[in-house]
Amino acid sequence: MSNKTTSPALLDPSIVFPAIKDAFVKLDPRQLIRNPVIFVTEVVAAFVSAIFIRDLIAGGGEAVFSGQIAAWLWFTVLFATFAEAVAEGRGRAQAESLKKTKSELVARRLKDGREEKIAATLLKLGDIVIVEAGELIPGDGEVIEGIASVNESAITGESAPVIRESGGDRSAVTGGTQVLSDWIKVKITVQPGSSFVDRMIALIEGAERQKTPNEIALSILLSGLTIVFLIVVVSTWGLAGYSGTLVSATVLAALLVTLIPTTIGGLLSAIGIAGMDRLLRFNVVATSGRAVEAAGDVDTLLLDKTGTITFGNRMASEFLAVPGVDAHELAEAALLASLGDDTPEGRSIVALANGTYGVATPDITPDLVVPFAAETRLSGCDIAGRRLRKGAVDSVRNFTGLTEAECPPAFRQAVDKVARSGGTPLAVASGNKLLGVIHLKDIVKPGIKERFAELRAMGIRTVMVTGDNPVTAAAIASEAGVDDFLAEAKPEDKLAYIREQQRGGRLVAMCGDGTNDAPALAQADVGVAMQTGTQAAREAANMVDLDSSPTKLIEIVEIGKQLLMTRGALTTFSIANDVAKYFAIIPALFVVTYPQLAALNIMALGSPKSAILSAVIFNALIIIALIPLALKGVSYRPAGAATLLRRNLLIYGLGGLVLPFAGIKIIDLAVVFLHLV
Amino acid sequence: MTLIGWLQIGFLLALVLAAIKPLGLYMAKVFSGEKTFLTPVLKPLEIGIYRLSGIDRDREQGWLGYTLAMLAFSVAGFVVLYAIMRLQAYLPVNPQGFAAVPSDLAFNTASSFVTNTNWQNYSGEAVMSNFTQMAGLAVQNFLSAATGMALAIAVTRAFVRSKAETVGNFWVDTTRATLYVLLPLAIIVAIAFIFLGLPQTMDGSVTATTLEGAKQVITLGPVASQEAIKQLGTNGGGFFNANAAHPFENPNAIANYLNIFAMLSISAAMVYMFGQMTGNRKQGWVLISAIAVLLIAGIGITYWAETAGNPILTSLGLDPSMGNMEGKEVRFGQAMSTLYTAVTTGLSDGGVNSMIGSYTGLGGLVPMFLIHLGEVLPGGVGSGLYGLVVFAVLSVFVAGLMVGRTPEFLGKKIESREMKFAMLAVLILPLAILDFSAVSAMLPTAVAAIGTPGPHGLSEILYAYTSAAGNNGSAMAGLSGNTVWYNTTLGISMLIGRFGYVVPVMAIAGSLAAKQKIPSSKGTFPTDTPLFAGLLIGIILILGGLQFFPSLALGPIVEHFAMMSGQTF
Repeated sequence: MSNKTTSPALLDPSIVFPAIKDAFVKLDPRQLIRNPVIFVTEVVAAFVSAIFIRDLIAGGGEAVFSGQIAAWLWFTVLFATFAEAVAEGRGRAQAESLKKTKSELVARRLKDGREEKIAATLLKLGDIVIVEAGELIPGDGEVIEGIASVNESAITGESAPVIRESGGDRSAVTGGTQVLSDWIKVKITVQPGSSFVDRMIALIEGAERQKTPNEIALSILLSGLTIVFLIVVVSTWGLAGYSGTLVSATVLAALLVTLIPTTIGGLLSAIGIAGMDRLLRFNVVATSGRAVEAAGDVDTLLLDKTGTITFGNRMASEFLAVPGVDAHELAEAALLASLGDDTPEGRSIVALANGTYGVATPDITPDLVVPFAAETRLSGCDIAGRRLRKGAVDSVRNFTGLTEAECPPAFRQAVDKVARSGGTPLAVASGNKLLGVIHLKDIVKPGIKERFAELRAMGIRTVMVTGDNPVTAAAIASEAGVDDFLAEAKPEDKLAYIREQQRGGRLVAMCGDGTNDAPALAQADVGVAMQTGTQAAREAANMVDLDSSPTKLIEIVEIGKQLLMTRGALTTFSIANDVAKYFAIIPALFVVTYPQLAALNIMALGSPKSAILSAVIFNALIIIALIPLALKGVSYRPAGAATLLRRNLLIYGLGGLVLPFAGIKIIDLAVVFLHLV
Repeated sequence: MTLIGWLQIGFLLALVLAAIKPLGLYMAKVFSGEKTFLTPVLKPLEIGIYRLSGIDRDREQGWLGYTLAMLAFSVAGFVVLYAIMRLQAYLPVNPQGFAAVPSDLAFNTASSFVTNTNWQNYSGEAVMSNFTQMAGLAVQNFLSAATGMALAIAVTRAFVRSKAETVGNFWVDTTRATLYVLLPLAIIVAIAFIFLGLPQTMDGSVTATTLEGAKQVITLGPVASQEAIKQLGTNGGGFFNANAAHPFENPNAIANYLNIFAMLSISAAMVYMFGQMTGNRKQGWVLISAIAVLLIAGIGITYWAETAGNPILTSLGLDPSMGNMEGKEVRFGQAMSTLYTAVTTGLSDGGVNSMIGSYTGLGGLVPMFLIHLGEVLPGGVGSGLYGLVVFAVLSVFVAGLMVGRTPEFLGKKIESREMKFAMLAVLILPLAILDFSAVSAMLPTAVAAIGTPGPHGLSEILYAYTSAAGNNGSAMAGLSGNTVWYNTTLGISMLIGRFGYVVPVMAIAGSLAAKQKIPSSKGTFPTDTPLFAGLLIGIILILGGLQFFPSLALGPIVEHFAMMSGQTF
């Protein structure tokens, strides 16, 4: 990632301290009820606190135990709210840096032909503002008049200025960017406070954060488990009563909280926020959490050929000489003929002749340089009595004065061969003699084929979209290793293709920048608009890529998958932990009545009370310990589903089973050593 | 444990394995309405039934319509059965002249047979007239089994269909289950049983003069036919109180073999049928293998625990070579007794050929835990399959999250709606078992009904509600369940366990049927692999274990450790 902004350190004090304060604010039950597992924990903590006060008044040693249990239950809740607060803080810090630029802006609004200065935040939809060189654009909008170069580095990190002008695909401007030259009139197209940066901040800050579909499904699972354990714990009281064991309410509360999935419950929202935050660090702004999650589910990626799969320009890859002409001679002629061609193609011919063919650029000045022009479609020079030309096959043939039939068969074959392979043939001539053909082709970006193979392993089909004819498209498609291609594609074709895929139950992601991409962007399950794109495209999409890099789609998919996997891994971990907690608490509960049950105390914990306290402490501390994992996400390598599952089951399933045995034992040793109970 | 014992167990399981495919294919055809070799004979009969009862067999129902039809059918079955029991004194075929069944017992028994539980708080030979046995109980043995099968078919169709509004026609499915599957098999098995020595007569009893000259009344009746559907429909309700330990129900080793074979085959074959109908036979085998691993583990532990015997008795000088033979029939021995017990609890059959109450702590824990696992190993006819689907949905959900993709099972996305209903279904078992058990454990009148004080008494209570909620029907004898409290609460527990479970499952079916079937890709987690079988086993074990560990710790686990340390209760 070229432009990946640095993320704040995991324990950056500027984030941690406000987060500690927020953690307490978030204890408000009205807020906490959105998270049923932690809400139950809070209720239980309050309940045990009441018992503690009662024990305190009643006197006796019980208060020492119930007080500590109450304290650790509160810590459990606080650690969960802290996790959420830290995730929010990091996301906010990321977004603030984007937002800062626009806070103190003054806009020059045109009203009834007069200009007035107002605060940018007061701008309304449809207002027209004028921005001159050196000024910042006050809000997102569309250029309706004028042309200017704009520095968008504030949001893209790219220092090269871009041109923004009225009409066409380059009319969109973003608030906070700076006009470097000339002036433009901008029509504000978003309500202040609803520009996509604001929307992103709102999504991170929780007010507007809505649970995504998978998050809801997972919450249901966690709530269901919580109810199951509630039944289990309450009935345990009755079942124990049968044998005359009176299990104290403190202990039952401890049992309940250690059993319900507090680990994943406490980290769930932090994971979601961190996912958005990771996207932001890749310079992608998502306008809904749902889109991030959908990205992990994508089956089909629609990628534009130019810029994504191939470099933007065609480049010379080979010289094909006709019989009787030496390849070196052809290369030299092509080089000389291209001296007057300043297009990327021309330069690539010079580079090829210099490089692969070892022809040095001669230092003789040509008598005449014919520059490349769109009308003539050829370039060349007259040098040392030779009239060298290179260009489109027809144009060069016309220059030589030969009819099509008079061309050497080898020449025609070479032209055919290049065309068939999807390349563009250029002819080279000296006077009235055809020397050979230059093979111009789209160069597939290095490494892209491997990237697509990875995607295929993940089960994602890649589809190349290009305006090229089917022959060219097929050749590039096979070279790049995409699964399918759309040749001679018009925007309507993209839309139709997406619809067809979706009818088959597949989720489609695409990126685009033009206004005519907007319908397809809106139709796609994940639509990524380029920051350089038009306002219409950015409105239709559910993500905006500030770097305007079409390959970003692949990273977005990975972030989406990572988000889901982190949730899954921690859920498995959380549930697997319960086994060890049972082995700590159950013998502790009943060993007085049934000394035989000491056999279940396989961890050899000090005393019933130390066992229960240790399980509660472990349950609280594990949340803190896993915050970094929740924020960073589990490591993700592209692989098939079965491989991923096996790996994650081993780490988080088996790990979750084994780790708490060791953890609780160590805490118990400390508890016993410190004589806490 | 002996080699011969394991060979007996192995050979029986091999027989079942051999039956799975042909029976599964046959059922797939029956429920798809395709032609089978019985069609020429049964089709006219089937059409006649539809015509007589005014059923339009081409009109399919949505999940709600299907469920309501099932509920209406069950309520009707309940009312009829209850009425027969209350009125049996006035009804024909009552050679022993039994009086009306008391209302609480009738409620319990009607709930029990309508829910395919067959918990029996009575001795059949002492309370139920032959008419009640045949026209009441045996009819529900057929119909409750057929209802379970129909529900499983509807759930299966949810995975077969794409964007469908309907899941089938309840009346058609139930009719076909009875007519094409249960009835022909029941006739074959009943005849086999008659040849093996089971009585089949309308006479109430014979009076024999013993060698000492005393008169002994020996109860008879239509035992073979009752016994056949008892096992085929995983009902388990015996003609006699001693159930399959009674020599008239289960006279010899071959009859015992046929008993176990009959109860296991249909449920196991239905899992294969699921694979066949959803177009993925491998899926069927993977589910079967997951079941097999858990069931064989259950058999192995029970067999081991019982043959290991009781160290207390050994120290008293008893020969330990036979293991714990208390409550077991010598004609079956350890292997065939423990196999029967593990299978009958892994299934929701509930028939018994030995007294589970006399098992060792560990030996008694396993059957109870097998029911706690949700009666899916392979469970009752039909109910086992749809229970398994719920576990598969949960497994797929966890797996999907772990591979970073919205979970799919057989091309159907598992989303919040499915999770909601799956969790509702999961809640049912602990709700119906633990609440009632805890209250009973605290209630002096309920505690008074237990047979053995100490932790074994708690095991008895726990086992009763476990068996009821799991619709199993087997009992850890000792608890005198025929009291108003137990009759009522066990009846409620059975009804919740059956209908509280199946309604959310049908809602899942409706939701899945309406979804589009998505082609699988490499990113989709494959569910027809050993890895999935492993995950499924893990989820079933963890869920069951987490829910019931505390209660088991207070009952059978204490018993086990106590026995090992030489203490008895």
